[in-house]
Amino acid sequence: MSALLAVIRRDLLLVARRKSEVLTALFFFVVVTSLFPLGIGADAALLRKIAPGVIWVAALLSTLLGLHRMFAVDYADGALEQMALSPQPMVMIVAGKIVAHWIVCGLPLVILAPIIGIQFDLDKSSLFVLMGTLLLGTPVLSLLGSIGAALTLGVRGGSLLVSLLILPLYTPVLIFGAGAVYANSVGLDASGHFSLLGAIFILALAFVPWVSASAVKIAIE
Amino acid sequence: MTENTFSNSRLINWFKLSSPSTFYPVAGKLIPFFWALTAIFGAIGLWISFFVAPVDAVQGQGYRIIFIHVPASWMSMFIYIVMATWAGMGLIFNTRLSAMMAQALAPIGAWMAFLSLWTGAFWGKPMWGAWWVWDARLTSELILLFLYLGFIALQASIDNPRRADKAGAILALVGVVNVPIIYFSVKWWNTLHQGASVSLTKAPAMAQTMLWGMLMMALCFWMYSIAVGLMRVRAIILEREAHADWVKQLKEVNA
Repeated sequence: MSALLAVIRRDLLLVARRKSEVLTALFFFVVVTSLFPLGIGADAALLRKIAPGVIWVAALLSTLLGLHRMFAVDYADGALEQMALSPQPMVMIVAGKIVAHWIVCGLPLVILAPIIGIQFDLDKSSLFVLMGTLLLGTPVLSLLGSIGAALTLGVRGGSLLVSLLILPLYTPVLIFGAGAVYANSVGLDASGHFSLLGAIFILALAFVPWVSASAVKIAIE
Repeated sequence: MTENTFSNSRLINWFKLSSPSTFYPVAGKLIPFFWALTAIFGAIGLWISFFVAPVDAVQGQGYRIIFIHVPASWMSMFIYIVMATWAGMGLIFNTRLSAMMAQALAPIGAWMAFLSLWTGAFWGKPMWGAWWVWDARLTSELILLFLYLGFIALQASIDNPRRADKAGAILALVGVVNVPIIYFSVKWWNTLHQGASVSLTKAPAMAQTMLWGMLMMALCFWMYSIAVGLMRVRAIILEREAHADWVKQLKEVNA
């Protein structure tokens, strides 16, 4: 447990020393969502309808941007190997890195989403549902993404390859995340979507750290 | 010497076949056999599907695409499971041949998924009036194609074959866990596709002859996949074991 906290603290400290990388991913999120009205016109009714999908797709893409950093820097300078040699279980170290990634790349999206939502003219209850789905969904994005980040360590074109590997696996999260907001906006009950998102989250939490840990071990052996 | 007494105690020692050097000649002998079966089942299947099966009351002649479309879809899903099984076995038992099998199967599965989507589009145009609709089965088949492409891309971009095998195996296993989740999520997202035409729990909603044609074509696709899979795995064995003495002594390599 102390290993987990130590890794989280270390990764957050590293990010705090070099803020630009994190801010780039967040800025990307804002820019991409702002491009859609420019591309399809400022029709408020249409924008309201596509807002959940646009915001969720942008969230998917901007978490991808930060994924490569999860292990790559430590892999390049040998720190990851030292961590693997330490007596701490690899699962805890990987879990710490996933949590740190979520705090840096996932949590800000949850906070930013309502601002983007207001730009798309979403009403108050939709904004709450949007934040709720992002709160449940972005940890899954960080978890699943860690598998891709670990598998592509030190691979040619790794950061591009991650998107090909991971985006298909993100589809259920996208469907239920954007679906909840849409269901809520047409007056349906969104609790089913939340339950399924929660189920996916719990499943991912139970298995993914072990999968990622073994993927990291394969990369550094 | 003890190895020999061990292997003689059984009629066929399956574990012996897990070595590339023993598997290579056996696969070579099996390939013509599977090609012959492909031709036989294919001939019967095509004959039934073109000349015996009646014209569909609603869909006319166009429905005959299902004799390619359905077997291709079945194979695309089944090959993914087989591929993940081989990959998992390679990961667990650390056998080289299992990983080679997984690598050999991936492009075949990807082709099957592509063929399924392509024929589906040709079927959809006259039946639904659209080349493509975003319904559950089409979308999950498309995602399955993406999963295949991801597997192939990952293996191709890692130079060290051992690491490529293991990384690919993890991805394939993660994918196989995800396929049902993706399928059901997409299904609940939108359901416009007609229900399954062949189901194990209820009587098939089609003429007997159509069913026979489809089964023959499915068997043809099976045999084709096995034949091509064996050919590909033989090529992979030659490539990876090029340094081994037994490969250098092969007739086809020396010639």
